[in-house]
Amino acid sequence: MLDLLKEPVLAVQEFFLLAGGALRNIFRKPHYGDDIALQMDAIGVGSLPIVVAIGFFSGAVMALQMAAALAQYGQVGRTGMIVSLTLVRELGPVLTAVMVAGRNASGIASELGSMKVTEQIDAMRALGTDPVQKLVTPRLLATGFMLPLLTIIADFVGMVGGWLIGVMYLNLTTRQYWSSAWRALEWWKDVTQGLAKPVVFAVVVALIGCFYGLRTTGGTQGVGRATTQAMVAATILIFVLDLMITKIFV
Amino acid sequence: MPERSDTPILKFEDVTVAFDGEPALENVSFEAYEGESRVILGAAGSGKTVLLKAALGLVKPESGRICAFGNDLTAMREGELSDIRAKMGMLFQESALFDSLNIEENVAYPLLNQRSIHCPREQVHPRVVEALDFVELGETLEKFPSELSGGMRRRAAIARAVVTAPPLMLYDSPTAGLDPITAHTIMALVIKERDTARTTTLMVTHRFQDGNVMANFRYNSEQGRLELARNGEALHTTFMVLREGRLIFEGGQDRLEASEDPYISRFVKHRE
Ligand SMILES: Nc1ncnc2c1ncn2[C@@H]1O[C@H](COP(=O)(O)OP(=O)(O)O)[C@@H](O)[C@H]1O
Ligand SMILES: [Mg+2]
Repeated sequence: MLDLLKEPVLAVQEFFLLAGGALRNIFRKPHYGDDIALQMDAIGVGSLPIVVAIGFFSGAVMALQMAAALAQYGQVGRTGMIVSLTLVRELGPVLTAVMVAGRNASGIASELGSMKVTEQIDAMRALGTDPVQKLVTPRLLATGFMLPLLTIIADFVGMVGGWLIGVMYLNLTTRQYWSSAWRALEWWKDVTQGLAKPVVFAVVVALIGCFYGLRTTGGTQGVGRATTQAMVAATILIFVLDLMITKIFV
Repeated sequence: MPERSDTPILKFEDVTVAFDGEPALENVSFEAYEGESRVILGAAGSGKTVLLKAALGLVKPESGRICAFGNDLTAMREGELSDIRAKMGMLFQESALFDSLNIEENVAYPLLNQRSIHCPREQVHPRVVEALDFVELGETLEKFPSELSGGMRRRAAIARAVVTAPPLMLYDSPTAGLDPITAHTIMALVIKERDTARTTTLMVTHRFQDGNVMANFRYNSEQGRLELARNGEALHTTFMVLREGRLIFEGGQDRLEASEDPYISRFVKHRE
């Protein structure tokens, strides 16, 4: 029994050691600015099209669904409010993070995993660099910056999707939709929550990707395994943490 | 002939390295002195790579002590090891060039990142070119590792290892997976580095003939090729044999070739 628990406990401990090291390095020299920029490009710009598409369609479908429900109470005019609240609080952060987990937690895991199995990580240490400083911290910073940004974009594009549905099918005026959408948002409850979530999710996506990548063993097969595991673990953690953060704000 | 100084450059004292309870090295002890060449023979999985990584402080022993340049690596933290590692050049088995960097950036990497090297910016490029000329790859600065053949990658990795002129070179199976002609080119570079820079050399291999070249050939800088060392010219080559993590032989070529041990004679007899 104890033996069964030993491995997961050690892994969790290892994960927190990595997290501690990566966070500490943010304030330590040397800083690898080029690597941060490169990662921001890969994570942010690379994910933009898919985040825009997902945001748009989920906003649009939310508007359709909610308008049908609201019609029973004669409250179709409040569609904007419901769309903006669900997007900013929940759908924007979670869908964006799950998308980025699918693209980048697995991408990071496979990149670092192949570096691990081809001894590039060892070479890095032998040649005087700390792999955590050189590889993990830039990915953490880049994700931490880009994921909130992508979330804001997804939120906004989603509202645009809801607005199009509103004016095309629900007989709402543009003014009606946007003022209801805008007035619904409260600073603390919605905006802070809507931005705290992507920051936490970003830490999860980046660190889980790096963690599984750096502990890869067993050649190219091992890289494949690490990639899947990172994606699954990051996605599950996003939903668990989403519940916990929501509990704080509600 | 290099003098034997009294402190070894590298010393293993009863070193045991284990992964998940499985020993990869068991009670290994040896000392390597300045100017010496060591050839470490062993079958796949016998712990050769682990031995070199332990010498660099990349893996920590369960027990025993490893000293390099008079410093006890086992007592040092990761951050303190970089100055010692800067004095060792390592050729990793599969080259371990950084995929995301081109050859010039790869070879410049230790000059730019090893704190104790202190290479002025304007000297980085000339030193990279010099190192790549040394391995006869002067034309490939802009290429990426994926665009090179296995032998060329190995040569670029040698350039990256020697660019800082380390006094100790570690080679992990430099000829593994190469055709005989390419393998000979790589061995010629190993000998050339040893004889032109007077580097202490530790080479891990599963091929006896690589050890034979190491022990009996020297680099002729006038003709730019290897030649048989003249009789009586001591090249200070010691052979070591690893078997399942244990050091079962240490000594000169004569004793190695005379050994009755079936595991050892398998290496010696299997000349291609
Ligand atoms: N990072 C590691 N994790 C677990 N086992 C390892 C690791 N590195 C090496 N080993 C094991 O140690 C033994 C020796 O490996 P190695 O030194 O790579 O052999 P070789 O002589 O072929 O270079 C092998 O059984 C290998 O499986
Ligand atoms: Mg090996």
